[in-house]
Amino acid sequence: MSIKIEKLTHIYNPKSPFETKALDNVSIEIQDGEFIGLIGHTGSGKSTLIQHLNGLIKPSSGKIIINNLDITDTSVKLVEVRKRVGLVFQYPEHQLFEETVYKDIAFGPFNLGLTEKEIKERVKEAMELVKLSYDQLKDRSPFELSGGQRRRVAIAGVLAMRPEVLILDEPTAGLDPRSRDEILQQIKVLHEKYKNTIILVSHSMEDIAKLVDRIIVMHRGKVALTGAPREVFKQSSILESIGLGIPQITFLMDKLKEAGVHLGEDIFTVEEAKEEILKWIRGKRDA
Amino acid sequence: MLKDITIGQHYPTGSAIHKLDPRTKILVTFALIVGLFLVKNFIGYIFVVSFIIMATIISKIPFKYMIKGLKPLYILITITFFINVFMTSGESLFHIGPLNVTREGLYQAVFMAIRLILLVVGTSLLTLTTSPIMLTDGIEHLLNPFKRIGIPAHELAMMMTIALRFIPTLLEETDKIMKAQIARGADFESGNIINRAKSLVPLLVPLFISAFRRADDLAMAMEARCYRGGDNRTRMKELRMVKQDIVGFAVAGTLIAVLVFLRL
Repeated sequence: MSIKIEKLTHIYNPKSPFETKALDNVSIEIQDGEFIGLIGHTGSGKSTLIQHLNGLIKPSSGKIIINNLDITDTSVKLVEVRKRVGLVFQYPEHQLFEETVYKDIAFGPFNLGLTEKEIKERVKEAMELVKLSYDQLKDRSPFELSGGQRRRVAIAGVLAMRPEVLILDEPTAGLDPRSRDEILQQIKVLHEKYKNTIILVSHSMEDIAKLVDRIIVMHRGKVALTGAPREVFKQSSILESIGLGIPQITFLMDKLKEAGVHLGEDIFTVEEAKEEILKWIRGKRDA
Repeated sequence: MLKDITIGQHYPTGSAIHKLDPRTKILVTFALIVGLFLVKNFIGYIFVVSFIIMATIISKIPFKYMIKGLKPLYILITITFFINVFMTSGESLFHIGPLNVTREGLYQAVFMAIRLILLVVGTSLLTLTTSPIMLTDGIEHLLNPFKRIGIPAHELAMMMTIALRFIPTLLEETDKIMKAQIARGADFESGNIINRAKSLVPLLVPLFISAFRRADDLAMAMEARCYRGGDNRTRMKELRMVKQDIVGFAVAGTLIAVLVFLRL
């Protein structure tokens, strides 16, 4: 599903002393199957933006067109939109409420009016996608699980609705490094398997650099930069000025390049950097 | 929807009324409430209304905002109005079915509705112009003399501070959980009463869990900073009555005197 955002503006608490412009004339186009990283500081408007995408909040002005359908039109059934655009909120484990993991994940599919059999299939599939054992965990209470597991249950709850566009708001916030890497890895696998549109919201460049096709940088309610990760990282001075850095390893690679060491492009992870540097050292030895 | 509730909300403008000592404002509001119940005819209301209008102008709070605060109460006001219209005996004006509308009833109904509206507007003026912290500070000070008869003034004030402090937080949390469940296809708006009550489970369970978690964290944080009640606590900002407070008392005192005089 393609998403087109046209001149979107959103003002919170208009005409009161608490008035704030969260989004200011934002225009973005997202192609079908694209993996987008939405990055920006707290208060840059990224959470507000994604809540517009499935009609949870209405824009003050502007349009949002999903698959040629203007969802800001009052005649559009938002239920249909929400079926197709899945939104995983920040700290999604705080929304768990059912007695068992199974029932909680089944909540979304159940609301879609699916049959018992279909729901079961979807729950199973969703749990597999987030690497939770269906047989071991389906009858456990979500509240006895660990933080990382609860997060997965909550994400599975949205995946079970099989959204065509998946939006994740800081899915790794507050997790330990291992859980963080696992969840990011699973999102990547999911994208490769289903080729669905994914918007990953984060404030960590390191997290999204190695995953996404395109980065959109938000700053004070506006789109500051957009482009493929390495194009965006070239603008490191702009990024620095809005308080975001480039991944440390990319920074190191740039410095090495400046020092005359010729290494490959697009290096965002320590692993890749290690390989590149070793290759360079070997190349030098052979020469 | 939840954002319409303005009762207990602070609206900072930095006006002279905002800067008054909270004790002054609490006592004046209290006097205003008592005064409202002294009023027996519409002439009295003219004085109360002009007092409230004057205070609102000085406080720089838009009238629209004040009126908005009445919105959640319109059901209560309407019910009171109709009960008074139909339940007061006296000279009959006309009938609606078995219901008898009397002249006294109509008078009483309008009178009561105005009293209710003024009560709400008058008291919301207090909360709109006073930050919750100042408000509880004032209450604590005013309750201090009653400590001797066993009223835990500090604890009450602390409880109120915490409760007020968490109203916006919980509203925000409710909003967030609601959105998260709507995103999963939950429907809070349609269906009969039973279905609607059922649909609240996905909202209330997470909300209670989060409220308990917050309470737990807060207790821990207070404990970690050696909180042990109000004994020997000192304040960074001491409350001090100034000239403006005396002016405030004088104006309110005059109003009460007029109301008492009208009543005689």
